[in-house]
Parts: sequence; structure tokens; C-alpha cells
Amino acid sequence: MGGFSQAFAEAFVLLWRFDAQVLEIVLRSLQVSSLAVLIGTAVGLPLGACLAVGQFPGKQTAAVIINGFMGLPSVVVGVVVYLALSRSGPMGEFGLLYTPSAMVIAQVVLVVPLMAAIARQVVEDAWRNYQEELAALRFGWWDTVRVLLHDCRFSLSVAVLAGLGRAMSEVGAVMIVGGNIDRATRVMTTAIALETSKGDLPLAIALGIVLLVLILLLNAGAFALRTTVMRRFE
Amino acid sequence: MSLFPLQLRDVTFRPNGRAVLDGVDLTLSGEGITVVLGPNGAGKSVLLRTLCGLIPPTGGTLDWGGGAFDPLAVGMVFQHPVMLRSSVIDNIALGLVPRGVGARERRLAGMAMLQQIGLADRANDNARQLSGGEQQRLALGRVWLTRPRLLLLDEPTSSLDPSAVEAVERIVRQIRTEGTKILMTTHNLGQATRLADDIVFLADGRVREHVPVRRFFSQPASAEARQFIQGELPWHLAF
Repeated sequence: MGGFSQAFAEAFVLLWRFDAQVLEIVLRSLQVSSLAVLIGTAVGLPLGACLAVGQFPGKQTAAVIINGFMGLPSVVVGVVVYLALSRSGPMGEFGLLYTPSAMVIAQVVLVVPLMAAIARQVVEDAWRNYQEELAALRFGWWDTVRVLLHDCRFSLSVAVLAGLGRAMSEVGAVMIVGGNIDRATRVMTTAIALETSKGDLPLAIALGIVLLVLILLLNAGAFALRTTVMRRFE
Repeated sequence: MSLFPLQLRDVTFRPNGRAVLDGVDLTLSGEGITVVLGPNGAGKSVLLRTLCGLIPPTGGTLDWGGGAFDPLAVGMVFQHPVMLRSSVIDNIALGLVPRGVGARERRLAGMAMLQQIGLADRANDNARQLSGGEQQRLALGRVWLTRPRLLLLDEPTSSLDPSAVEAVERIVRQIRTEGTKILMTTHNLGQATRLADDIVFLADGRVREHVPVRRFFSQPASAEARQFIQGELPWHLAF
């Protein structure tokens, strides 16, 4: 118990002093996850909206696949992206393996189905209400997708937050494709796993606290923004 | 290319075998206001949705003045209009989006339309916070802005108070003055008398009468129309 308390105390000292190693890992995590979520938002939300609005053969199958991919095991994604980026893989020539770019790619693969599945459900619910009105105004499917994405923006913030949560807390895929290289590809989750296995609990706890606080702050900020803006437009 | 005369020949709509429209024959000229009357379930709303292209008829033909159906020339306002989670100005200009009008032009045209319908001072307000009457005026303005040749109004004033009804009717008259053909449904016989040039009386999915408004109310030709005017339509037609 004493060792446990001491580890916590040392972790708070690291945070209090803005330890350079902690700061570097936190910033890299934020960079990688933010970029992945940005790309995931640009791809996943329109994809989900298209699945909701579009009429095409295999629509139900596509929806089932997207929903199923929400729970993709991150190590499986890691292996697939690893194979794609390795020297002999189809994207091997770009030399991205063990770089932050590889980690972004892996996280994008993880968050896009999650964000698309949430967006599909949200937009489909709105589409049921607006379908006749927009059809009578002669909206084509792409204009419909754009209008519905804008109209559902408050609800879709949930999809973005879910994507961010998944990206930031993910460890398996980024460990495989990033390699957890010090000062290069080490992020909060991989550092926590490594330091715990090494027995360096203070650093692991410090990073764990930062990760928790960041996720809570992002959720609280998004909730406050959503509540404020919704009050104006609901 | 003119949409008129618009001729419906033996138009049917039978979802799951039940006839909602049962051989509708109707010819509409390109002027004035035609009001469709009839009991609940007569097929009034379905008729309007069919003309709007929202429901494909099961059978029969629609002849749009000898030409092809031009969806951009036909607009529709619903009984319960939908407002996007956005400002009044965004909502009124919504119909211009699929017509490829740029954001700046949309805003200018939207403001001009808000002036016409008396909502200019609410331009930046949340459209969902407008009253029912204001939302219906906004919905009318939204479609009017797209300059349709045929405007379909599905009970646009049901559940509005008398002053809101009067405001909506004023806009409907303005739209008519600009040369747009209006086909509307209503349960309000007073409104039909005030607005209509001619009446289409629909019962059991069929057109029973299509006559000038004065003649419909003074000399209804069919027993159903007489009973409808007197509020005595048999129950089997009303349900």
C-alpha cells in the first residue's frame, strides 16, 4: 500500500513539474489522435450520412458491416495496417511503418466505422422527419447529405467524441504500427503499458491521470458547447 | 414549356390493394386557386403528393401540358412544415440550395422574401421558435422563393388561429397574383369560399365534382357533396 501511495505521490510531482518526458508524450498523443479524428470526421460522418440517405442495392448489408466494424479489435487493425505498410506490403514504398503517420492511419481505420455507424443512425432519424420536405424542395442526395449533416451537428458531436475517445485510449494498433519508439512514436497508452511492465509506476500513473483528465475535459467542453448552441437552435 | 393544362386520366394509387386514389380524372388550367375538398381519407393529400412526384401512381397517366414533368416547377407546402435547426433566413432560402444558388444570393433573396411575408425582423432568430402561423408563412415563402408554376398546399392552415389563417391566406393570394397555379386542400369551407376559383370534390378516391366555387356551394350536383357541405357525410366515406 505504501508503494502504491508513493507511486501516486511521485506521479503528481511529475505532473506538477511539467516533466518534459510526460509533456512530449502527451503532445504526441494529442497530435496523432486529433489528426486521426479530423480525418475520421471528414470521412466517417459523410459516409454514415450517405448510408442513411442513399438508396442502393446492399444498403442493409453495408449498414451491418459498418456496425460490426465498430467493435474491430485494435490489434487486428494493427496487424492489417502493419502488413499494408511493411516493406513487402502494398504501401511499403512510402516507408511509413514505425512513424506517427502509421499510427494515424491505424487510428483512422478504427474510428471511421465507429463515427460512420453513429452518424448513420443520427442522420437516418432526422431523414425520416425531413424526407418529404426536402424531396419536395428537390434536394438531390448529396445536397440532402450536406443539409442533414449540418442539421444534426449537435447530435453528431457525440460521434466525434466517441471517435476521439477510441483514438486516445487505443493501445494495440499503435503499439504494432508505431513500435512505441522513445521520442518518436511513444504515446500515452503505449507508454503506460511499457512503464507498467517495467515497474515505473509513477510515469504510468502520471500519464494515466493526464489521459483521464483530457478525456473528461474534452467531453465536458463538448457538452457545454452543445448545450449552449442547442439552446439557440432547438 | 407550360405544365398546363394538367390532365389526370384514371390515376390510381393502391398500396397493399386498398384504393386510395381510384381512377381520378381531372383537368387543371394554369390559373387561379383550385381547392380540393373531401372527407378524411378521401385521398386529398395523396393526390397532392402524387402531383408533387413524391408518390408514384399505381396506374393512370399524368399529362403535363403535353410535356415532361418538371419537378423544379412544382412546389409543395405541408400541413406541418419542417424547420431545420437554423435561423429563419437559412430556412427560407433552403429551396435555393438544390437550385445551385450561391450563399450570398440566397441570403439576399431570402431577405427580400422575408420582407414580403412580414418576417424580416425575425431573420436571425431560431426558426423553430417561431409560432405555428409564422412557421407556416415561412414554409410558404420558402417554396414561393423557388418560383413554382404549380404550388400544392396540403391543409396549410389547419390548427392555426384566425389571425394566422388570415396572414397565410394573404400570402396565398399574393402568390396567385404572380401567376402561380395553386392547388390546395382544406377542411375549412369558409376558407374554400374565400380563396377558391374552383372546387374539386373528392370522395372514396374519386373526383365527384369539379365546378366553380359558387356553383359547388349553391348547387352541389352529387349527393355526397351536398351531405359534405351540410356536415352529414355518411360515416363510411369519412373513415
